[in-house]
Amino acid sequence: MQRPLRVNTGRRRFLMGAGALAASATIPNVLFAHTATTARLVVVILRGALDGLAAVPPHGDPDYARLHRELAIAPPGAADGALALNGTFGLHPSLSYLHERFAAGELIVFNAVASPYRDRSHFDGQNVLENGLAKPIGSADGWLNRALAALPIGSGRAADRAVAISQNVPLILRGEAAVISKSPQFTADVDEDLLARLADLYSKDDWFSARLSEATQTEKMVDETGDAAAKQSARAGYPDRVAAVAHMAANLMRSDGGPQIAVIEAGGWDTHANQGGAKGILSARLGGLDRALKSLADELGPLWPQTAVLVVTEFGRTAAVNGTRGTDHGTGGCAFLVGGAVRGGQVIADWPGLSRTALIENRDLRPTLDLRSVFKAVLDEHMHVDANALAKRVFPDSSGARPLQGLIRA
Amino acid sequence: MMQAEIAVLRFGLGAKPGDLAAAAADPRAWLKTQIKGAVPLAVDTPLAPSDQIFEGWLAAREQRQRMKAAAAPATDAQLGNAIREAYQPHYRAQVLARAQSAALTTRPFAERLVHFWSNHFAVSADKGVVFGLAGTLENEAIRPHVGGRFVDLLTAVEQHPAMIAFLDNQYSVGKDSMAARLASRRFGPDLNAANRQFGINENLAREILELHTLGVNGGYSQADVTSFAQVITGWSIGGGKGRLAGGEPGRFYFRDNLHQPGPKVVLGKTYTEQGIRQGEAVLADLSRRPETARFIATKLVRHFIADDPPPAAVDRVARVFLKSGGDLPQVYAALIESPEAWDTAARKFKTPEDFVFSTLRALNVSPAQPEEVVRTFDLLGQRQYTPGSPAGWPDTSKSWDGSDALMHRVLWASRVGAKYENGIEPSDLAASCLGAYARPETLTALRRATTSGQAVALLLMSPEFQRR
Repeated sequence: MQRPLRVNTGRRRFLMGAGALAASATIPNVLFAHTATTARLVVVILRGALDGLAAVPPHGDPDYARLHRELAIAPPGAADGALALNGTFGLHPSLSYLHERFAAGELIVFNAVASPYRDRSHFDGQNVLENGLAKPIGSADGWLNRALAALPIGSGRAADRAVAISQNVPLILRGEAAVISKSPQFTADVDEDLLARLADLYSKDDWFSARLSEATQTEKMVDETGDAAAKQSARAGYPDRVAAVAHMAANLMRSDGGPQIAVIEAGGWDTHANQGGAKGILSARLGGLDRALKSLADELGPLWPQTAVLVVTEFGRTAAVNGTRGTDHGTGGCAFLVGGAVRGGQVIADWPGLSRTALIENRDLRPTLDLRSVFKAVLDEHMHVDANALAKRVFPDSSGARPLQGLIRA
Repeated sequence: MMQAEIAVLRFGLGAKPGDLAAAAADPRAWLKTQIKGAVPLAVDTPLAPSDQIFEGWLAAREQRQRMKAAAAPATDAQLGNAIREAYQPHYRAQVLARAQSAALTTRPFAERLVHFWSNHFAVSADKGVVFGLAGTLENEAIRPHVGGRFVDLLTAVEQHPAMIAFLDNQYSVGKDSMAARLASRRFGPDLNAANRQFGINENLAREILELHTLGVNGGYSQADVTSFAQVITGWSIGGGKGRLAGGEPGRFYFRDNLHQPGPKVVLGKTYTEQGIRQGEAVLADLSRRPETARFIATKLVRHFIADDPPPAAVDRVARVFLKSGGDLPQVYAALIESPEAWDTAARKFKTPEDFVFSTLRALNVSPAQPEEVVRTFDLLGQRQYTPGSPAGWPDTSKSWDGSDALMHRVLWASRVGAKYENGIEPSDLAASCLGAYARPETLTALRRATTSGQAVALLLMSPEFQRR
């Protein structure tokens, strides 16, 4: 076991260096799978419940301005007004990039959507959004992980097919299929000899062994991808964390044999107080999201035409402003599907209106579309997940939520 | 033999040299002697109290408003700095004191309980107003009551300015409150700029029910949330302006003028108390509910025993909680007496916090620089006091066991090891911090390491050190 101690030899080259010999006994030397489909999917989870009535203002609804008051976005054309979508809906003025994509036929805007969850806990709401069931408990794995097993592919490791852009894997991607995680934080070099010795030390512990192996594979992928400038910018930091995350996702997906699916999370949407309208706290967040989506598209570059990005949140917020110039937890909200592969330029909203009788408990927008209908459509039309698996395993008990049609370009 | 390891590693914060020997004679007694009474910080670093810190925030906010209104308006960066500068020294001092206390305490089980409750009653420093206050909730509301009654702990937390500010209750106003009626007389009943701001904010009420007491399946409805939010209108912080004037700046203050008067119904019971007593009565009742007992028991058992809490242990702890009226030392004793807790298999994967604190204890060091502690937790993905949501940090392995997270631990362990190129005997270290838990293959790996620094990194990253 005597080897010279090598400290920080080259940037994360441990798999190609001397340590690889020792590591190869315990780290399977897997070739990256060649995938049967070239489609790419990015899921962006907005944690904290985005106010759909601010992001996709229903300026044409007669009750909107009355209820959303100082938080309401003015109709298109007015000062700080919404960006026009159609006669009823617009986009928040901070979402200028998304608006461009709408005009380019690459964005579908959903409103009055929700998961099957009908209570108002963030944490249960996020569980339902991610576990793909109708209830917050009952599944320790996520629908996107279950979908991985049903992707059309001959062979190969699922671990190479999906990545969570964080240190740890969120529920939506947890499950039997192995997935990788990679945070955008700058990780300095780890001594390759130490990694080889850890691989030995973990050889009797499957759990540690698997994770170390995944981590080394991912590091290799990051090393092989991207140019020096991209790495430099990853280190330099971004004004918004979500932009750095988007950058890392694009970087990994672009790499040879890189993942087809990435999950990104962004927090800070729980605007109970001083939410702001066209300007303010929520406006700044939306601007950050918009820039992150632009950077994702720009950096995916040639992959963008085969990409769909799904942006979702656990539920919407109250139609009326609360006592602290914010909004409380609600039900129906909005979602976005954007990408070169998306048959965009549509607003999908069976709008129930915001009248007293239309609202749930005279407070929340009533959802008229189950988000699972969107998820199923994307997995079916875009990722070509087997229909039977989709109905039975990925989204059990979802027969009421039939997949939408025509969301993806033929 | 293994019992001492379980007491020190699973219930405590990891072994300092001598801890395993101290617990060996009677591991259960070693734990039980720790749990009565207040649990002050183990270091006597002077930390500013919350009212003083909050006054600093108020002053910074005023300065910020002046800067905004100035002839040459300040940049956004300058404006942001005004508040940041008022708060940052306090945040760093609190984070450093917390790490030092974890490293040095002779009551590590009690200290872990402080961390448990601090996470149960989580506030998040990534909300601007909470940044400098987050640690004060732990030090001022939790430490005094960890070894007391749950109702006192609960009340102290919900009346602490950090919690009030985190969940926005200071501005929540009853529709028929004196302030609202005054505005209505002055401006008329129409919606206008002056009176539209009068209404409740249900954030604190909802999270008290969902996260602090009954749990999400605890049988409350939206009507209970709304009604409870009315009950606690007026629970605020002193030292504001306009209708928020009055009260000692930075202290919890009941604003009678914002309180929604009259009896209210929560969970089927009508509360006729006046003013602040009404909210306190609801909290007292919540603290005695069987749903609360079960919710707290489940979380304790999950934290100390396994991600999937064994039902028998939950039943036992919940029963004692209910029977004792939430007497916390009795509740902890029930946990200690649970046979499931003494299973020799370590089922809990350490959180980054656990990992760092147990490393400090293993190496018998206490950090001196706040930057070092702040950066460490940034690297490992658990920036102190920033769980991001009132649910606190997750307490299951799946939330912490990403491959990228493991790589960050390796990186940190190797940096820690690099400080120990001399003067450390790895097998002695393994014996003092893992005792009988050290596996033969780990001891072999330590012997074969090329440097003592590498041996330290291997020890810290060994499966037995990473679990508890």
